[in-house]
Amino acid sequence: MAKRIDVLHLNVYYGAFLAVEGVNLAIEPKAVTAFIGPSGCGKSTVLRTLNRMHEVTPGARIEGKVLLDSQDIYAPEVDPVNVRSTIGMVFQKPNPFPTMSIYGNVVAGIRLKRRTRKSELDDVVEASLRGANLWEEVKDRLDRPGSVLSGGQQQRLCIARAIAIEPQVLLMDEPCSALDPISTLAIEELIYELKQQYTIVIVTHNMQQAARVSDTTAFFNIAGTGKPGRLIEMDETKTIFSQPAEKATEDYISGRFG
Amino acid sequence: MPSSLIERPVDGPSATPPAVTTTRRADRNFAGLARGSGIAVLIIMAAIGAFLLWKALPALQANTAPFLTTSQWFPDDPAPRFGIAALAFGTLLSSLIALAVAVPIGVGVALYTAHYASRRIAPVLGYIVDLLAAVPSIIFGLWGLQVLMPNSKGLWRWLDQHLGFVPLLRNDLDSYTRSVALAGTVLAIMVLPTVSAISREVFMQVPKGHLEAALALGATRWEAMRTAVFPFSRPGVVSAAMLGLGRALGETIAVALILSATFAINWQLTEPGGNTFAANIALKWNEAGSVGLGALIASGLVLYIITFAVNMAARVVVERRREFSGAN
Repeated sequence: MAKRIDVLHLNVYYGAFLAVEGVNLAIEPKAVTAFIGPSGCGKSTVLRTLNRMHEVTPGARIEGKVLLDSQDIYAPEVDPVNVRSTIGMVFQKPNPFPTMSIYGNVVAGIRLKRRTRKSELDDVVEASLRGANLWEEVKDRLDRPGSVLSGGQQQRLCIARAIAIEPQVLLMDEPCSALDPISTLAIEELIYELKQQYTIVIVTHNMQQAARVSDTTAFFNIAGTGKPGRLIEMDETKTIFSQPAEKATEDYISGRFG
Repeated sequence: MPSSLIERPVDGPSATPPAVTTTRRADRNFAGLARGSGIAVLIIMAAIGAFLLWKALPALQANTAPFLTTSQWFPDDPAPRFGIAALAFGTLLSSLIALAVAVPIGVGVALYTAHYASRRIAPVLGYIVDLLAAVPSIIFGLWGLQVLMPNSKGLWRWLDQHLGFVPLLRNDLDSYTRSVALAGTVLAIMVLPTVSAISREVFMQVPKGHLEAALALGATRWEAMRTAVFPFSRPGVVSAAMLGLGRALGETIAVALILSATFAINWQLTEPGGNTFAANIALKWNEAGSVGLGALIASGLVLYIITFAVNMAARVVVERRREFSGAN
């Protein structure tokens, strides 16, 4: 199920503006990789290139390669739609479809792909909601709109929606930044469970969170406004947080800037 | 006792009124102004209804035929006979044709402008559509009469020849001018910019997060529209259609120019004839006697009520799924 991702010589442009320059990194399967760094350093941008979501932004384009188990997801014959159903994404702000029930949200991705029998959908809904640690809280009100849930529950609903289509990789763009500490804890526990099955990449502003949930950490930085973001270093999380190789990393994690 | 701001009185929170009621003066004034405006609208609406009813009653009492089911208009005869059956028929049918044509096209244009067109073209296109909404209706009427009528005969004949088994499209007169179908088509063009402009605004308000959520699930662009954009925009599109319908129901001059006013209920829509409330009032007003004026006002009252009922129905449609609207 879980696949690895290799990023080779990645440059990301918004129009003529070079936003991220020269990123090389490897994301291991069945592990959590965290992207940390100050605002504007390009960590979310890099994350969005991993499932071609950056293409939603007009003018955004890349140079370089992103390999999913050695398959280049930017090869001309590759359909971005297939990339995105293979590499799921959870966003910063919980975004369940407001016009759909909890049930409808979970099966939204499946309904796009094929007609499925109700009994089969029921099974997927239960499995996905259990997988997102939400089943017990919502099993009696699956027909209610997703908007009746709390922010943390909505985010777990979005995770359930993302894993319902059985992706190989799960990308999370600051999934806890809109949540309270208790909901954050619930998501972090969930991430720990999900990595048994999925390759997970998480962008976070919260260094403690990166330290708690990730196996590998990548630190991005930016030299100044208008300059491109770069990957400064990437290593096992405990190394990054105890003896980083770069001075900039140490300054950032010890709170001296950013 | 410190912190008296926080502490509640001993007999519970109900002893002090909630802080909201101790408003500032500016808040009070503004609330009064807003409430006054709201009430003024209601009063004006009621006053219009009452005025229509008051002016219509004498004529309705003089009428010797059933007002709602008669398809004749002889209000100034010694024994006045008039009724709105043919008017209601023509008004509703021409408006429905207008909506049936304008809503799919208008929504399509709106969707293209909001989500497909490049960022260079989209604003220009939107601007043109807005301009179209500002064209006076007499222009559309003249255009319908001079351009559309002579050039659309082939279409109506084709419909008769190939789909003539549908009673609505059959034409036994082999005459294709001044018909309800033609009036409906002109109305469609007049309604199109309204529907399109409002739908576009609604489509553009769909939060980016919902669109991205759909795309991230592996939706194609069209699937993202169906999953995230249409359901979210549904109440707004219904409102757009209703505003368009309002314009179509009340449109006077373009219809009066095009229709050859008859008082018959003819289901064969491509044949000449037909009439609407507004066109009838405009055409008959100058020649009407005292009962005639009352009769026209009575027909205006019916139009007023129909417009009301249509808008209420639309509200019901929108409200029914309020919980799922994303507004909460």
